[in-house]
Amino acid sequence: MTALNSYRTGPDFRGHFGIHGGRFVAETLMPLILELEQAYEAAKADPAYHAEMAGYLTHYVGRPSPLYFAERLTDHLGGAKIYLKREELNHTGSHKVNNVLGQILLARRMGKGRVIAETGAGQHGVATATMCARFGLKCVVYMGAVDVERQAPNVFRMKMLGAEVVPVQSGSRTLKDAMNEALRDWVTNVHDTFYCIGTVAGPHPYPAMVRDFQSIIGRETREQMQEMEGRLPDSLVACVGGGSNAMGLFHPFLDDSTVEIYGVEAAGRGLDTHEHAASIAGGRPGVLHGNRTYLLMDDDGQITEAHSISAGLDYPGIGPEHSWLNDVGRVTYLSCTDREALDAFQLLTRLEGIIPALESAHAIAKVVELAPKRPKDHLMVVNLSGRGDKDVPQVAEILGTSLGA
Amino acid sequence: MTTHAPTRISTRFAALKEEGRPGLVTFVTAGDPDGETSLAILKALPGAGADVIELGVPFTDPMADGPAIQAAGLRALKGGQTLAKTIAMVSTFREEDTATPVVLMGYFNPIYIYGVERFLADAKAAGVDGLIVVDLPPEEDDELCLPALAAGLDFIRLATPTTDDKRLPAVLAHTAGFVYYVSITGITGAATPDADLVAAAVARIKAHTELPVAVGFGVRTPEQAKAIAAGADAVVVGSALVEVVRRTLDQNGNATANTLPGVEALVSELAEAVRTIKR
Repeated sequence: MTALNSYRTGPDFRGHFGIHGGRFVAETLMPLILELEQAYEAAKADPAYHAEMAGYLTHYVGRPSPLYFAERLTDHLGGAKIYLKREELNHTGSHKVNNVLGQILLARRMGKGRVIAETGAGQHGVATATMCARFGLKCVVYMGAVDVERQAPNVFRMKMLGAEVVPVQSGSRTLKDAMNEALRDWVTNVHDTFYCIGTVAGPHPYPAMVRDFQSIIGRETREQMQEMEGRLPDSLVACVGGGSNAMGLFHPFLDDSTVEIYGVEAAGRGLDTHEHAASIAGGRPGVLHGNRTYLLMDDDGQITEAHSISAGLDYPGIGPEHSWLNDVGRVTYLSCTDREALDAFQLLTRLEGIIPALESAHAIAKVVELAPKRPKDHLMVVNLSGRGDKDVPQVAEILGTSLGA
Repeated sequence: MTTHAPTRISTRFAALKEEGRPGLVTFVTAGDPDGETSLAILKALPGAGADVIELGVPFTDPMADGPAIQAAGLRALKGGQTLAKTIAMVSTFREEDTATPVVLMGYFNPIYIYGVERFLADAKAAGVDGLIVVDLPPEEDDELCLPALAAGLDFIRLATPTTDDKRLPAVLAHTAGFVYYVSITGITGAATPDADLVAAAVARIKAHTELPVAVGFGVRTPEQAKAIAAGADAVVVGSALVEVVRRTLDQNGNATANTLPGVEALVSELAEAVRTIKR
């Protein structure tokens, strides 16, 4: 495949990344999306907005997050030198807060007093509830009823933070249905409501805007690696549901042709079982939630249910820029089963004393595969996008260990 | 503006104008609760007083629809409804009725996956007159709107309370057949629209276009239909009809002897109310 001059110029003015992206929304929402795009362009050009964001990132979120040399994991795998980008150390415990901060500051500039969000694992919901508490905004979080059940600690956190958590009973009762319900709310409450989307998906300008907010992950990684090793990393690995943590890490490196980039989709019970969430490996381009992208669907174009042990990856789509990066061959998309993720979850916990989110464990699992095949001077960065505290009860249940025992 | 030959839609609206009354547009979901019952309902609609038929194409993720139409779509999908079967339904309907306009209403993905060119050819051949595709705003006109117009199908756009005067020309630019004014900001079947506000909005749209304006979302009863129709060229009723289907199902979700007559009865009442308006 011929390399492009730059992989970092998208989307075009209509929000397209190749055939992906776009603005496939009902007319009621169209004026709101155009208003948001205008407000974001204005904010992007305003140094005061960036200064305000930088202040909160340093003093409230706790950035920069460390780039940590995982010595024992490196020794154990016997290949590449592995660095963890510690996004789990951010306030609220994941990368999600980077994006939410940007959007909430934008909502304030736009004078919106009510914020809605969808959440899968609850990490985005918690981050949104947190920032809304900080700025005194009304917050409503839509969460699939299935996820409410399996992510109980995060539901409680959101409620403590003052958010209203609405369990979504429609469809498959997971993340995609939460997004449908959030869109229905937005279409109804058009005047006072800001929709804070949690990933690099949805109608333009969301995929580009969320990527911009998350790109701080990759920018810091570049600087930190320069300081620690005096050069760029050789490879990047991150898990991909909608794909915001991955896009944040990848984007600043897309034009560095020496850097291998790997996204890891959730293969659930296996790609051959239909019980997975790997949109690129097992789906095809279609239109859902405001954008064209790889989606899991049947032959009639009906969206099928995704499955993953990790609620945050349990989505039948993927951000449109990832779909494009796959099509042009710049990023390689791998997949990881529930079982592999569980093993990696335990491995990292034992070797490094870091309990990863089940989402991030998918990336770790592929590091376990990739690192031994690389030389010892190969620098591999894996995005540790979230901490696993929220997953401990679920993992205990699966592994058959009672927490009280 | 339309460039193709007039469809049954423009013929029907011209006839309504001649009669001096507003029209009744009825929405039912194709395949709800099963193919056979759904076809029987479709066939019965014109006789019960429907002037234009909107046939919902079921989709798993109907972002703009309320609980009633969401549930109807899921019932149909569970019964095995597909876009191909929906097109075939229209074909069968056309064997007996060559005058009543039929508009397919739904979301883009099933059409995209069916293949736009193939879909337009099959839909036109089956006797479909127009399309309403909720998630295709003017910004995405290249996808389906322009090819549909070229294939001789009307592309009916939704205008909403958030569509201001600045945006209205863009929304109307490639709209054909009629304009569907969404009377509330919200999902189908949710709030009750205010007839006075709706009449004012219709007047605003009419200042920009010669096309007839139909009004829907949230219209449930004959009284509401009459009040809304008074200020428009037609009124659309959907959620209330699919609710009749739901209420008449047995415990296993199957149609009963009351399903078809129930829908017919409500359509008759709605038509009667709308027809009391004379211009």
